[in-house]
Amino acid sequence: MKATRDAYGDALVELGGKYKDVVALDADLAGSTRSIKFKKVLPDRFFDMGVAEASMVDISAGLALCDKRPYVSSFAVFITGRAFESVRQSIAYQKLPVVLCGSHGGVNVGEDGGSHQGILDIALMRTLPNMKVVIPADYNETYNAVLTTIDNNGPVYIRTSRMKSPIFTEGDFYFGKGKILKTGKDVTLVSCGFLVWYALEAAKILEKEGIDVSVIDMATVKPLDEDLVYDFAKSTKRMVTIEEHTIFGGLGSTVAEFLSENYPIKLKRIGMYDVFGESGSCDDLLCNFGFNAIGISYTVREWLKKL
Amino acid sequence: MEELEKIAKKLRKDILLMLNMAGSGHVGGSLSCVEILVSLYFKIMRYNAKHPSDKSRDRFVLSKGHAAPALYATLSRAGFFPRGMLWTLRKLGSPLQGHPDSKYLVGVEASTGSLGHGLPQACGMALAGKLDRNPFRVYCLMGDGEMDEGLVWEALMSASHYKLDNLCVIVDNNGLQIDGRCKDVMNIYPLDEKFRAFGFHTISVDGHKFSELLDAFEEAKDNKGSPTVIIAHTIKGKGVSFMEDRVEYHGVAPTDEELKKAMEEVE
Repeated sequence: MKATRDAYGDALVELGGKYKDVVALDADLAGSTRSIKFKKVLPDRFFDMGVAEASMVDISAGLALCDKRPYVSSFAVFITGRAFESVRQSIAYQKLPVVLCGSHGGVNVGEDGGSHQGILDIALMRTLPNMKVVIPADYNETYNAVLTTIDNNGPVYIRTSRMKSPIFTEGDFYFGKGKILKTGKDVTLVSCGFLVWYALEAAKILEKEGIDVSVIDMATVKPLDEDLVYDFAKSTKRMVTIEEHTIFGGLGSTVAEFLSENYPIKLKRIGMYDVFGESGSCDDLLCNFGFNAIGISYTVREWLKKL
Repeated sequence: MEELEKIAKKLRKDILLMLNMAGSGHVGGSLSCVEILVSLYFKIMRYNAKHPSDKSRDRFVLSKGHAAPALYATLSRAGFFPRGMLWTLRKLGSPLQGHPDSKYLVGVEASTGSLGHGLPQACGMALAGKLDRNPFRVYCLMGDGEMDEGLVWEALMSASHYKLDNLCVIVDNNGLQIDGRCKDVMNIYPLDEKFRAFGFHTISVDGHKFSELLDAFEEAKDNKGSPTVIIAHTIKGKGVSFMEDRVEYHGVAPTDEELKKAMEEVE
């Protein structure tokens, strides 16, 4: 069990050691986002910009315009919300190779409550031309995704999580490529972030009831792995998306947009139905919003009954 | 000095003509910053228009991106691209976008237009220069109305915190913004005291006098340990009597009749 935010910090240290143009910026949350790991090893290339996310993002654009490779972190809610206009005007519009890391994505932020839970970040970043959007499933995938960004010539948004979660993915990370974790014929669960693990657990519960489930780890929400979605839509005819995010504009919307234009099938989106999060323990919140294995399996089962 | 005056005249005429041909754009704030741009590109800054991506070049960021016509006229006169391109301003497919776009036009160091974003980008460039021990300087031209943006003050804090003495900010203080006089719309004054409180070496000049501008830029170069701001007192629409200090000429292009009169006055 490790949090994906730890993978961000660890991978950043590796990148910093290999490439002298890598610089890291944070907005007074280095300990929480784990960019502090980079600061400890390479203090000369770490810049704390204070609680000023908007100018931090613009400053990273200026660094990138001078051939630096900035890695910029804050909470998901701030770096995509507070600094949105800077991301739009200076990063996405200029197609600069800046990596934005939003830690504390989703409701698993926990006790800090709805003001600090990033549940709109995927939607916000996905609307920006040139922006890639990645929500890795575990420590390994996050680590590999962060390493991969160095070979990418445009902006990337990566969401990480606060909560420790199981490590279960293997193999390299490729932008825009989903991973098939399990193949079944009745329904396909498409998820991102550590909820992929819960989707796998939910699949186990459903299997016992005779429901044959496919599970896909769709770490890259943009660009979407359209071929993979198409193939599984065709083979299972039913699809469920699961994300710790509002149902508007995230993974569910992305899949729905693609399917409705290309291969309309029955689709269920599991996410937050037009509500903000609230305070509570991680487990209680995941349970409350139906994101744990029992919640996911329940929603899938009831939905399939109605079809 | 006489040579600079001549260039300023030519640039004013180019600005008026390109705006007239575009049929839209920002004339007042373009005319107010001509002497500032001429000082920088024809006297102060080190660059080679034939090698625009030379890593050690001085950089200029137009944070008040709506003065794009002034920047384009200057870049063209400085040899970055042929003058004929000026007449494509704001047309579909033209590298001369309504607001400067670094992706499309050589010589534009940063995309700007949405106010407040040029200054922090300039800070990032200055920070990169410090990191690489590359002695290039970064110049950033801001509007006075632009100072309303909270983002600007975040960036000023950072410039001072990181002791960016390779950064020189110029405020084109023409006193007008879209809805009226700055002091009436949102009173940002006194600017000099605010900059001083933010740790800037602060200089005030007549923004249309080359002698004062050049002295100020030299003083900025000599200042160590803190960034410099030059508050340039200017007149919006400078050079065309019926546009001078008139809020109506913020975001319009001269009509054919206005162009004729304006060209005569500039001459």
